[in-house]
Amino acid sequence: MNPLETFRVALRALLRNKLRSFLTVLGIIIGVGAVIAMVAIGEGAKAQVEASFASMGSNLLIVMSGSTQSGGARGGFGSMPTLTWDDLAAIRREAPSVKYAAAQLRSNAQLMSEDQNWATQVSGTSPEYFQIRNWKVERGRNLLDSDLDSSAKVVVLGQTVVDKLYGAVDPIGQTVRIKNIPFEVVGVLERKGQSTMGQDYDDAAFVPQTTFGTKIQGGLQKYLAGTIFIGAVSADATARAETQVSDLLRDRHHLPMGTDDDFSIRNLTEMANAQAEGTRTLTTLLASIAGVSLLVGGIGIMNIMLVSVTERTREIGVRMAVGATPFDILLQFLVEALTLAVAGGMVGVALGVFSAGRLAARFGWPTLIRPDVALIAVGFSGLVGVVFGLYPARKASRLDPIEALRFE
Amino acid sequence: MALIDLTQVSKVYRMGDVEVHALRDVSFSVTERDFVAVMGSSGSGKSTLMNIIGCLDRPTAGTYRLDSHEVSTLDRRALARIRNQTLGFVFQSFNLLARTSALENVELPLMYAGVPARERRRRAAEALERVRLADRAHHHPNQMSGGQQQRVAVARALVSHPRLIVADEPTGNLDSRTTVEIMVLFQELASAGITVLLVTHEPDVAAYASRVVVMRDGRIRSDARQGARQAAADLAAAPLEVSA
Repeated sequence: MNPLETFRVALRALLRNKLRSFLTVLGIIIGVGAVIAMVAIGEGAKAQVEASFASMGSNLLIVMSGSTQSGGARGGFGSMPTLTWDDLAAIRREAPSVKYAAAQLRSNAQLMSEDQNWATQVSGTSPEYFQIRNWKVERGRNLLDSDLDSSAKVVVLGQTVVDKLYGAVDPIGQTVRIKNIPFEVVGVLERKGQSTMGQDYDDAAFVPQTTFGTKIQGGLQKYLAGTIFIGAVSADATARAETQVSDLLRDRHHLPMGTDDDFSIRNLTEMANAQAEGTRTLTTLLASIAGVSLLVGGIGIMNIMLVSVTERTREIGVRMAVGATPFDILLQFLVEALTLAVAGGMVGVALGVFSAGRLAARFGWPTLIRPDVALIAVGFSGLVGVVFGLYPARKASRLDPIEALRFE
Repeated sequence: MALIDLTQVSKVYRMGDVEVHALRDVSFSVTERDFVAVMGSSGSGKSTLMNIIGCLDRPTAGTYRLDSHEVSTLDRRALARIRNQTLGFVFQSFNLLARTSALENVELPLMYAGVPARERRRRAAEALERVRLADRAHHHPNQMSGGQQQRVAVARALVSHPRLIVADEPTGNLDSRTTVEIMVLFQELASAGITVLLVTHEPDVAAYASRVVVMRDGRIRSDARQGARQAAADLAAAPLEVSA
């Protein structure tokens, strides 16, 4: 019998007992539905974590100065300036895995427009900073190298600051006073949103680092009183860049072997990976629980197929009498189990997509449906069908036609 | 030329420690176009004989040649093929597939023979016409009388143009008039060139065969040719009834 014919016969047998077929595949439907929904939630969480790390910057390393020690009290990182402007230049020059490096000098300051004021974080930096953080200017222009050279009194504002100081008015060309010194607003940055910790990235203002040193916070001459942001050439290169920068700085700071670093490097990519790893573990856990229910569904199919073989013993006998080979019978029952399982898998995908959508709507969880996961789930349920259908099908194919025909 | 040729065939069943000799050294042959009735009480071995001749079972000892081919040593797959191509079965309890139309029931052997759907349909309709049930092609077994169901079964047996039809108590569940109707069909088939082997315990039914073999205790007791009673004549003579 050709495969299409076998499938047609199987389908008819299943449709003859619609309710039973439905109840049989319910286990598979719920199993696959659960896998799809759980993976959607897990992937959604992962995507959210990745997106929030991506908004911090791509392939990002942050280098901070060392800590002070006065008496027994040790300050935190950055409390003692150990990084120098020459270190920054050396990193740019000598670390091959570093694509961009920029200083960020920070101070909290009151900003005043003509009729509003707002306290925010003012940073002194250079144009590379915005490359590292993937931060584009929405209106106006970015800081330029020429601004640094001339210590220009220009400022680029984050969206939140613009909202607070100017509302709907176009801020470009306006004057904003920072610590009472007038700066010209030359650009507005695109909205970046919040960090994973809820910090508003857009509540910030950026001025050239040279201007910052002379007008906002007294310069420290050769020391860089802030942090260095580094963008590695690629995501894979962050670990390499970290080692290169670390070696370079230790060498430049003449630290003997065995002593602690007088600086610290944070590898944001590693942190992001660790976070993603966490969500991946969660996804795997959820999916394997759901997978167990899929397995239970498979046992349900086997159970019903066994009942069906017993019930249809006479039919099997008749088919054998008129010329069905044992293989024909095996195939018929196997295809029935497979059809049940795959149909259940497909309905399960629909159910999973639907419930993921409901969960997303109800609890505001981010969900992400991956087509490959849906495909794998259907494929896996097919496999479950074959595995659990094989035993009943074999049993059917091995029936003795005489016994089968005599069966009451 | 012998279509069926059994030489010293024995069949022994083991039921626990007990050996049951269902057939003891049976030698038996049937020529083509013959209409043979096998009679005997239950336990006489007639069903075992029929199962072996029908390639549903294999003998414990002896040889069975069907159409000059040794079949007693074939595997299940090969036997299935012979049942499909060379044989047709008619059973006491009809054994039609439930909730399946007469036409599709008749198509079943052709499906396993790999005949394409259109051809299958045509031949099944033809077979149904031959048993005078063309108008019931789309009825399900539960919508038909016993006689009609058995005629569908006969159509199923002859649809693959077999050399031999094996019928096991085909009239056991039928009343006397429908019994005669079925016997008309068998006599028609025999005269059309199909060998018919009929197992029965009713002498009235065996009377329509041209040869009667009586079995007892696994052996053939008697084997005689007879002038077959003409079923068609009986049917014509019988008082008219509404044949359901």
